[in-house]
Amino acid sequence: MRRRVIFDDKLLPYLLLAPQIAVTIVFFFWPAAQAIHQSTLLQDPFGMRQQFVGLENFQAVLADPNYLGAIRVTAIFSISVTVLAMAPALLFAAMADRHIRGATTYKTLLIWPYAVAPAVAAVLWLFIFHPSIGVLGRALNAAGIVWNYHLDGEQALGLVIFASAWKQVSYNFLFFLAGLQSIPKSVLEAASIDGASATRRFWTVVFPLLSPTTFFLLVVNVVYAFFDTFGTIDALTKGGPGTSTVTLIYRVYVDGNANLNLGQSAAQSVILMAIVIALTAIQFRYIERKVHY
Amino acid sequence: MLRRTAMFATTAAAIALAAGSVSAQARVQIDFWHGLTQPLGGMLEQIAADFNASQTKYQVNASFKGAYPETMVAAIAAFRAGNSPHVVQMFEVGTATMMAARGAVKPLHELLAETGVQIDFNDYLPGVRGYYSLVDGRIMSMPFNSSTTITFYNKDAFRKAGLDPEKPPTTWAETRKAAQQIRATNAAPCGLTTAWPTWAQIEQFSSLHNVPLATKANGLEGMDTELRINSPLHVRHLQTLIDMTKEGSFKYGGRDGAGDALFASGECAIIHASSGFRARALREVPGGAANVGFAFLPHYEDAIATPRNSIIGGASFWTLQKGPNQPRSKDEFQGIAEFYRFMSQPAVAAKWHTDTGFLPVRKTAFEQVRTTGYYQQNPGADIPVRQMLERGDTTPNTMGLRLGNMPQIRVVMQEEIERALQGQITAQQALDAAVQRGNQILRDFERANR
Repeated sequence: MRRRVIFDDKLLPYLLLAPQIAVTIVFFFWPAAQAIHQSTLLQDPFGMRQQFVGLENFQAVLADPNYLGAIRVTAIFSISVTVLAMAPALLFAAMADRHIRGATTYKTLLIWPYAVAPAVAAVLWLFIFHPSIGVLGRALNAAGIVWNYHLDGEQALGLVIFASAWKQVSYNFLFFLAGLQSIPKSVLEAASIDGASATRRFWTVVFPLLSPTTFFLLVVNVVYAFFDTFGTIDALTKGGPGTSTVTLIYRVYVDGNANLNLGQSAAQSVILMAIVIALTAIQFRYIERKVHY
Repeated sequence: MLRRTAMFATTAAAIALAAGSVSAQARVQIDFWHGLTQPLGGMLEQIAADFNASQTKYQVNASFKGAYPETMVAAIAAFRAGNSPHVVQMFEVGTATMMAARGAVKPLHELLAETGVQIDFNDYLPGVRGYYSLVDGRIMSMPFNSSTTITFYNKDAFRKAGLDPEKPPTTWAETRKAAQQIRATNAAPCGLTTAWPTWAQIEQFSSLHNVPLATKANGLEGMDTELRINSPLHVRHLQTLIDMTKEGSFKYGGRDGAGDALFASGECAIIHASSGFRARALREVPGGAANVGFAFLPHYEDAIATPRNSIIGGASFWTLQKGPNQPRSKDEFQGIAEFYRFMSQPAVAAKWHTDTGFLPVRKTAFEQVRTTGYYQQNPGADIPVRQMLERGDTTPNTMGLRLGNMPQIRVVMQEEIERALQGQITAQQALDAAVQRGNQILRDFERANR
């Protein structure tokens, strides 16, 4: 007979869960509910006067061609940042995992960028790529390549993508490295004895065994690209030139924080919340199937 | 019963005594949030320290809360939480938002009337006073650091290009020609640039040419104002900038103050920038103070024979209530008013002007500085105030701007200008789009503040 592990007391499990539930309610559900409430209001910045306007804020946001443009920019931005943050991290982790001289030094250096705040990272990139004061920016212009992200939308988008991805490589590197180190040596040795080349070992043994880490990082990186990048964009391009680097989260920030248009900003964050919930659900529904735990 | 009453009386007396001794010692605390970085912030905090040292009743606690937009957001959030600063420094484009915030802001004219403190606002520059007053003349906030846009030019680059370094261009035709010549002779890698693209090239441009930026006297006469920046003259000017970008004589330096760096590094020979940029230009431009020239902003001579005054930028001080339906005490208001009076002294205004390059906001301060011979020793330091004062009376187009959500409108204008400079759309399309999007913002503001 199997031993059943159930609590007799109905109350105890809830009590044990209570701290976690409390944190979730206070920091997630309550603000989310407030955002939804605020998205139906028209308010002056000081909160002295407010009126209920139903779905008008959503209507205004979705009717704005620039908002649709921001969705397009966000798609390009998020996919690029996720790929550019994960692929090099995996490569570096695979390299650093081998027995090489000074591996610890490499590992330490690769982790450093994660400690840099987004705005500071952006300023570092500014000093490299600014067309007039940046080291590389000036070199490019001197070499006859017209480099001015203040007026070239594609260059600007490229710049914020690279800066945002660069910051996240460290984080991914750390997880990939840990993932690699937890792969049993015996499996790899068995593959070697069977005559599999290093490349083949990587793709048929290591990569599948790494898939839980990869999947976790995919979710984290998409969320990062969606939510944590407005500081970098604000410091580098402020959304310009035109609106070519305005992502959804940057617009939420600008409309809410700079323009003090709280209703429309809240409406946008509700839309953004829906998009990210949908994306995460899709990831768990379809991609997780391919993950081997 | 008797005993209880006696006890009560003793306690009350004790409390009264304690309160009395506290009020004799403790000063009334006045929180003051500002948005000036160093070194300007330190100079401003010094004025607060001087005020504290000048009397014993009030204590002004000055603190830096980030750049103007951040300070504005922080003050508004604090107000909503019932914990706002007594005085907040607000940039000029936030003026309409503050004026519309009935119940949150204590209008300056009310404050002065209730506290009996007198400040002679007739002595202030009309362009400064008008910017922060209602149409009927009642003043709403305390003007302090005001700047305006002027031309800075690099005399060395002018010499190398064969231009007269003592004769800066005065019209757009001359400006373009000078910029072309600077490029053709390779005297500098860039001819003309601009800081604050919308402030310098649209807002000041409208004032100088006496054309409306928006209806209802640029919004001063009512919230139901509409943008007018797609007029033929505005389109013509944006087209000039597009043409100059194509031929390489104009270089777009980015939004807000980003263009400053292009002149400071010596890359661009001419810039239209804030008069508050003076200190940095003198310090950083290669060749130093002897190499930096100052001039009025240029105009189109066929559009206006003699240009009008430019308008101001900068910031003023607003008095805030504690929070929604939480008014301040009489003592606090008295302290705030005394602080304003201290700050308004011509000597304080004059020192601020010579230390920083901001305008002398009072005419007597300007006179004081003039009699010291400061302008002879520092040529060009009087260009900003002369551009404000020597252009005749202000007109409805040159008094200032009062557009709701102006910071947002500026972003919209910049976005559309950038699209045009990239060649994605024409000048007309860009300004039409800016008007259409800007008007939407104005209507939202009107609705939210009805």
